[in-house]
Amino acid sequence: MPEPIFRAAPDGSLLIAPLDAFTAAYHRASGITHLLAEPAPQILAVLGEGASSLDALLARLGRDYDLDDGTREALAARLDELVDAGLVERA
Amino acid sequence: MKHAFSVRIGPVGFRIGSDWRAPIAALETLYRDYPQPHDGIPDFTVRLFARRPWRRFIRPSVEIGGDYMLPEAAPLPLRQGLLAAEMAMNLQMALGARRYLLLHASAVERDGRALLMTGISGAGKSTLATLLAAKGWRFMGDEFALLDPATGLIHAFPRLISLKNDAIAAAEAAWPDARMGPLLPATPKGDIRHMVPDARAIALMDMPATPALLLFPRYGFEAETRPVPPAEAFVRMTQASTNYVALGEAGFRALTGLIADVPSVAVDYPDGASAIDQVEALWSAL
Repeated sequence: MPEPIFRAAPDGSLLIAPLDAFTAAYHRASGITHLLAEPAPQILAVLGEGASSLDALLARLGRDYDLDDGTREALAARLDELVDAGLVERA
Repeated sequence: MKHAFSVRIGPVGFRIGSDWRAPIAALETLYRDYPQPHDGIPDFTVRLFARRPWRRFIRPSVEIGGDYMLPEAAPLPLRQGLLAAEMAMNLQMALGARRYLLLHASAVERDGRALLMTGISGAGKSTLATLLAAKGWRFMGDEFALLDPATGLIHAFPRLISLKNDAIAAAEAAWPDARMGPLLPATPKGDIRHMVPDARAIALMDMPATPALLLFPRYGFEAETRPVPPAEAFVRMTQASTNYVALGEAGFRALTGLIADVPSVAVDYPDGASAIDQVEALWSAL
């Protein structure tokens, strides 16, 4: 089975406002305001640079952040949540 | 409708029609120093009506309606007609306003900068605004602060101040010369008495102010202040706004801008005098 590719919502469909540990995100398509905790804003930022597989996303995040063991499963879970929220598409 | 009255409060024009003369007479007296809607055209229409024709005369009870209705709203007895009018005006604003982000907050102004106070009923929004106004702040409103998404400025909405229960005596002591409406005992919200904002609040109601401080007061606790993290303040204000969702992107931009620009502080206070000291200390530390 091919690796799923994750894609951020199209350019301009999200308004992002960092608050503190949380980031507010307004999703234009649904009119819903999301309150995101780390690492969701970072995931969205990286996917904003281009669609990515889970492993490629993990490697890309690893360049900017210290990642612990178990991160792959955690990242997959966070991606699922973002897909459920409509902020990320699974291609 | 048989009886009608128009008024402008801040930027918002109302027309209130009524099956009875009494509530209109009370509004005319209390709002006598207020202007008329711009160009004579109201933004919202409010109706106070009898559900059945005979209820105009027999145990008269006031239904409230207008551009927006709450079908389950219970009617009020005619002696509480003034309260019905006020509730109906608030309802039109809460559900219909699109020009401003409505913040369920009281507001006072000093040196062109606005202090906002939000919180649940009983937190002391109206009381604190009234007490601060008696100390020289300009009263901007006790129910809604209007945040303009285009400018980030707060516009005043100085409607009649709705004093409840203990706040009635506190406000009367602070403003002994204020004009007061009739005491409305045993309403669904307790005892209520309306107070006319002071002449300065009415004269300057078209002058907006730059928001400078957002407070979350709580009455009945030891005096204490603590900073509210921006994310918590943002979430609480989305809940304290009646039209945040309706405004969509404009509301998001306006509210995140407010939270980014203005410090948010929770204020626990045991009594009005203490609250004023706490507010003044926070204000001078800005």
